[in-house]
Amino acid sequence: MSKTLYQKIWDSHLVKEGEKGAASLLYVDRQLVHEVTSPQAFEGLRISGRKVRCPQKTFATMDHNVPTKSRDLSLASEASRIQVTQLQKNCIEFGIKCYDLSNEDQGVVHIIGPELGITQPGMVIVCGDSHTATHGAFGSLAFGIGTSEVEHVLATQTLQQKPSKTMLINVDGKVGSGVTPKDVILYIIGLIGTAGATGYVVEYAGSAITAMSMEGRMTVCNMSIEAGARGGMIAPDEVTYTYLQGRDHSPKGKNWVNAVAYWKTLKSDTDAKFDKVINIKAEDIAPQVTWGTSPGQVINVDGAVPAADSFKDPVAQSAARNALKYMDLKPGTKMTDIKIDVVFIGSCTNGRIEDLRAASVVAKGKKVASGVQAIIVPGSGRVKRQAEKEGLDKIFIAAGFEWRHAGCSMCLAMNDDQLTPGQRCAATSNRNFEGRQGPGGRTHLVGPEMAAAAAITGKITDIREFMKKG
Amino acid sequence: MQPFTTLTGIAAPLDRSNVDTDAIIPKQFLRKIERTGFGKHLFHEWRYTDFEGTKENPDFILNKDPFRKATILLARDNFGCGSSREHAPWALYDFGFRCIIAPSFADIFYNNCVKNGILLVRLKPNEVDELFAVAAFGASGLIGVDIDKQVVCAASNKFHFEIDPFNKECLIKGLDQIGWSLQYSSKIDEYEKNLAVERPWVN
Repeated sequence: MSKTLYQKIWDSHLVKEGEKGAASLLYVDRQLVHEVTSPQAFEGLRISGRKVRCPQKTFATMDHNVPTKSRDLSLASEASRIQVTQLQKNCIEFGIKCYDLSNEDQGVVHIIGPELGITQPGMVIVCGDSHTATHGAFGSLAFGIGTSEVEHVLATQTLQQKPSKTMLINVDGKVGSGVTPKDVILYIIGLIGTAGATGYVVEYAGSAITAMSMEGRMTVCNMSIEAGARGGMIAPDEVTYTYLQGRDHSPKGKNWVNAVAYWKTLKSDTDAKFDKVINIKAEDIAPQVTWGTSPGQVINVDGAVPAADSFKDPVAQSAARNALKYMDLKPGTKMTDIKIDVVFIGSCTNGRIEDLRAASVVAKGKKVASGVQAIIVPGSGRVKRQAEKEGLDKIFIAAGFEWRHAGCSMCLAMNDDQLTPGQRCAATSNRNFEGRQGPGGRTHLVGPEMAAAAAITGKITDIREFMKKG
Repeated sequence: MQPFTTLTGIAAPLDRSNVDTDAIIPKQFLRKIERTGFGKHLFHEWRYTDFEGTKENPDFILNKDPFRKATILLARDNFGCGSSREHAPWALYDFGFRCIIAPSFADIFYNNCVKNGILLVRLKPNEVDELFAVAAFGASGLIGVDIDKQVVCAASNKFHFEIDPFNKECLIKGLDQIGWSLQYSSKIDEYEKNLAVERPWVN
């Protein structure tokens, strides 16, 4: 019988099929943990006297809470310090490898998994973080879980799961100039809505997807959760194998040869049935920017702020009214007339080396507009070192950007990188929820080039116009 | 986990769609390493007018009597979207909520609630509208929920809801789910034995 990529991975991970409506037990190949959603899981193990079943299949790092101005934890709040220290203690007690602040490869959990080769095709990968779908870019089944489930995986190396529905999103053709993977995924979320893929695992395919680098594919899969999807995935190909070859945890020698042979079977059969198929023409996608407080409230950058009553559905109307009030925006205002105070380039969505390279092209030889604070937070120690090797840090610093250490930083503002009430930010992160980047802060989601351009001009900027002017 | 069987209580109407977990429990309260004590920070940005959480916003539903004592929360589409933080159900439970009724819920949030003994009920939008109308009466508009019969009762209305039989069993029995999975330890051993042969680079 023909199978989708999702069904192939599901079938190969079944420990016990669910009977009479019960959940199936699915094997978990890798778990990634961080300091915020794991302490209660380890505590649960202690209380029940349970062990970690496979400590070598779990990897830890600290990212959500860490300071980015320096690596000095004494600068963090006491509560943050306790959480970070607790993760170190838990990892030592239970025998788990931890990429802590003293490790040069520390970074955002979804950045370091792939770059260390922990993430591989065909795996089931989980993490107590909703952006775990990032790893699906390698053709793995990767999804976010809660803390109780983190504990469950630690104790059993399995999860209780029910099969998801499957959705295929084909993006065919060639994207226009200035259109990045971030624009592709924001466009998709705008099209299907923030709950458009709830209950589904999405497979992204089509020539515009396969033309992307691994970094671009990760950006697309990363935001699957913003459309409600359990996971997002892309079938592995030569681009995937080339990326993985030689990485720290990638298979070596004979294992590498056998792994690649297996990975080549990991694609949806040509006549596999999906529960839903969406076809998108790449040419239809323009650079995107969000105007509201949900990632689905997104528009072409050359568009204008919509009026609440332009939406048919009364629930969408009321959501738009709340969003316009919170964002302090008037319908009809051109997006490119909106002034910004802060620019944030980083996060598990757009904190990889390619993102920094793209932003540096825009920033080179320019100056950050007066009154604008622009910060660059590399996704990991490795990204930071690579960028410094290429001289990108010098370009950014010369232009007036701040060059920081790796962490989640202003994506969720758990550390001291926060917007103050009323501040408006162009951000490469993934959520524009109320207060996400700091209480009262206002977020416009964009790709890395448009974020850098916004820093230079001081307002939301159409990258196509910006590049024309030079 | 406390078993869930039946519940009759005051329902607080929160008339918003896409209520995300950042709104349910903002990031500044995620630094604790315990599971308890999150209730006072529930809906912090909407509930208080100051950062410290000392001044209540009188317009927010949970600051109005009798909704301070609500055990059921009514909401709109896609409740619980966003971050996977289990602190969201911990905060809702700690405040006193045992059941949330909405037309739809986000996936991870749904699972997290089941693990914490909170029943999530999906009803049709027009049925949720009816419940909003009843809930507005506060203490004289009580709503009843029976998980075994899978019905919500309000005024003269009775609405049937669907629930996965496994989740239903977990909630009714207050099941230790790790314990449930560990019954199959020998199956996990067997799977790992095969894995070592079939995909040794993973093992």
